Amino acid sequence: MIEFLSRRLAAALVTLALATVVVFAVVEVLPGDPALIMLGTDARPDTLAALRAQYGFDQPLLVRYFHWIGGLLSFDLGTSHAYGTSVAKLIGDRLAVTLPLGALALGWALLVAIPLGVLAAWKHRTPADWGVMGFTQIGISIPNFWFGIVLVLLFAVTWQIFPAGGFPGWGQDALKSIHALILPALSLSLGEIAILTRVTRSAMLDTLREDYVRTARAKGAPERTVLFGHALRNALIPVTTVAGLIAGFLVAGAVIIESVFRLPGVGQLVYDSINNRDLIVIKNVVILFTILVLTVNLLVDLAYALLDPRPRVSA
Amino acid sequence: MNTLSRRHLLGVAGGLATITAFGPDVWAQAEDRLVIGMSLEPPVLDPTKNAAAAIRSIACPSIFESLGRIDRNGEIKPGLAESWKISEDGKEYLFKLRSGVKFHDGEALDASVVKFSLDRLFAPDSTVPAKSLYTDIDKVEAVDPTTVRITLKSPNSYLLYNLSLGDAGIMHPKSAATNDKHPVGTGPFAFKERKEGDSVTIERFAGYRDLGDIKLKTIVFKVVKDPSAQVSALLAGDVDTFPGFQAPELVDRLKKDARFAVVVGTTEGEVIMATNNGKKPFDNLKVRQAMAHALNREELIAAESGFGTPIGSHFPPHNKAYIDLTKTYPFDIAKAKALLAEAGYPNGFEASLKLPPVGYAQRAGEVLANQLGKIGIKVAITQLQWPQWLAEVFKEKNYDLTVVAHTEANDLDRYARDGYYWNYNSPEFKAKWREVVATTDFAKRDELLKDCQRIIARDAVNGFLYQLAKIGVWKKELVGMWQNDPSPSADFAGVYWKA
Repeated sequence: MIEFLSRRLAAALVTLALATVVVFAVVEVLPGDPALIMLGTDARPDTLAALRAQYGFDQPLLVRYFHWIGGLLSFDLGTSHAYGTSVAKLIGDRLAVTLPLGALALGWALLVAIPLGVLAAWKHRTPADWGVMGFTQIGISIPNFWFGIVLVLLFAVTWQIFPAGGFPGWGQDALKSIHALILPALSLSLGEIAILTRVTRSAMLDTLREDYVRTARAKGAPERTVLFGHALRNALIPVTTVAGLIAGFLVAGAVIIESVFRLPGVGQLVYDSINNRDLIVIKNVVILFTILVLTVNLLVDLAYALLDPRPRVSA
Repeated sequence: MNTLSRRHLLGVAGGLATITAFGPDVWAQAEDRLVIGMSLEPPVLDPTKNAAAAIRSIACPSIFESLGRIDRNGEIKPGLAESWKISEDGKEYLFKLRSGVKFHDGEALDASVVKFSLDRLFAPDSTVPAKSLYTDIDKVEAVDPTTVRITLKSPNSYLLYNLSLGDAGIMHPKSAATNDKHPVGTGPFAFKERKEGDSVTIERFAGYRDLGDIKLKTIVFKVVKDPSAQVSALLAGDVDTFPGFQAPELVDRLKKDARFAVVVGTTEGEVIMATNNGKKPFDNLKVRQAMAHALNREELIAAESGFGTPIGSHFPPHNKAYIDLTKTYPFDIAKAKALLAEAGYPNGFEASLKLPPVGYAQRAGEVLANQLGKIGIKVAITQLQWPQWLAEVFKEKNYDLTVVAHTEANDLDRYARDGYYWNYNSPEFKAKWREVVATTDFAKRDELLKDCQRIIARDAVNGFLYQLAKIGVWKKELVGMWQNDPSPSADFAGVYWKA
């Protein structure tokens, strides 16, 4: 088990090192001059040059790369040139919105998708199955930002039970903050529910055909034990894999959903930073999310090992 | 039946709203609090650090005041200077400062502070975005605590205007370095709080010299970028006003709502089809004239849901020096085709149209591609992000055509600049512009400005499309908001809630 984990950890670190090179290269080749964006169309060549020197935009690429890596290794994320604030604080403030949003969306998605998937597999080829499949078809087809707008029109504009957007902040009012995340999490989770339901259903259909399920049924185990004790436990492996992958997609979806609901989250930060060519912020956010995804993958690997002993030996 | 079920649901929802202690408090309308929606977020809050218009729409002159003040009609009124005298030759300005003015941190304003502030603008190592507006200044002197003398290298008839802009906001040496995050000025509102990505809050400054007109106590500027989110923020009562609403196609929906007033005014933004005059075939006057004849401004304005005023040159119709030049090259497809043939392009040619990511440019771009197509110019549209547009079009001049609004006031000088992105080079215009800047007689300046408009209209430098409208949306009870937008600014004197 320890050998398995340390191998996975080493692989993750190599991936991370490669990611820094890729991220740096991609961000640096983005067309656009941060100094010109700050000074606007009336900027003079001398002021542009002075500003570039001030922020070190004129340094050679390699110097800038190692400067950035050096900062990362000493946990110094630098200063955003657009906001003039520490990048660590900027990202920290935004994560306080995006992480709860993502967790809420994923939690809700699992809560809805797994029972639905089990139901569809259990009632295979019955109206219940068709109903669930129809619902997932709709869930996949509806763009989440549109669903978000519909939710706003219903729950915020017409009935006024939820705010139309904005985020009061955990320090200001924790209850209102959770309240503000409910509609965004619902719209963010719609597509994920659809995907996870389908994965659960097909995994359950596979496991329900297995011999051990037939054996369990034959020896008279109650249906509940068969479904949840035997079939679902094995079906959860592909579901966990997909849930792990979805965590990454949730961040991408958050860019749009945060804009619809005016949430000051990481998605909006990335969007704004790209528009401001706030290079240090983009680089650090992307690396942070690389670390996050790698960690989630590690946890997924760990979960496999717990759910199913085979990878522990063979992987 | 429909009504019944709807009413039933509303009842349930209403019940829920009262039970849930944390429902949005839309009904509680504090009468001295105003929530303003903004489409763009200011990066920092110091106008001398960044060119973003959003900074000026929050902080100038609410936080930072300048020597003069541009009022709602675009006229220059006294600001921190209560009066001024300009010498005969137009090279010496003597400003008399108001006395007893305090900064939000308690520091006093005097001539030395003004000198410090203005010196920062044109100093050799200055990185102020609007530096070029102030480089005609030779020196600034503090004559006595309330008198400032500014001496120019050469007369500049726009100096007073430029000194009234937020770019020349007066800052104190003690707070100048930290104004980007915590702005401290002399204005009627003091900075309270900023939540990056969300909002900026300012509060009435109790030490302001004249609080009579300042009725609002708290102003919150909320960033709402997405147009449909802007509408829902208004409908849900989260935002009281969008002074500059960016989605003309959604205005009808708000007009139908009795709670809101939709007020259309003017801006300084000329929407043009900027043309690379330095590149073949656009260096040929006949080609540019042909394109001018192909423009159908009515259609372009219809694409803006009818908002906008046609222009025939680069000059705002509400300015008193404006002349109507829209008929210089009237819409005439046959004439346009004939001119193209004369220029040697009987079958037209291919051209690129690079669009920045703004609504009006997107809408105008599609229409222009179609209109130019009718005279044989095959237009390929490319979408760019702002930073790309700035780099590729504006800086490297790697483009044929683009659509953009030039929103600065008095921006005809761009046609006199060497190497500006449309590559127009006219000794005649440059000489005329030098006269405009050098004159000290404002009546004469208006006549000169008319000549300037005629020269660039005649040369069909760019496609002159329309003047951007300012669409203001606010709750009906809100009084005193500016109808027009003479410069990006935040002046809330005289704005209040009707009881």
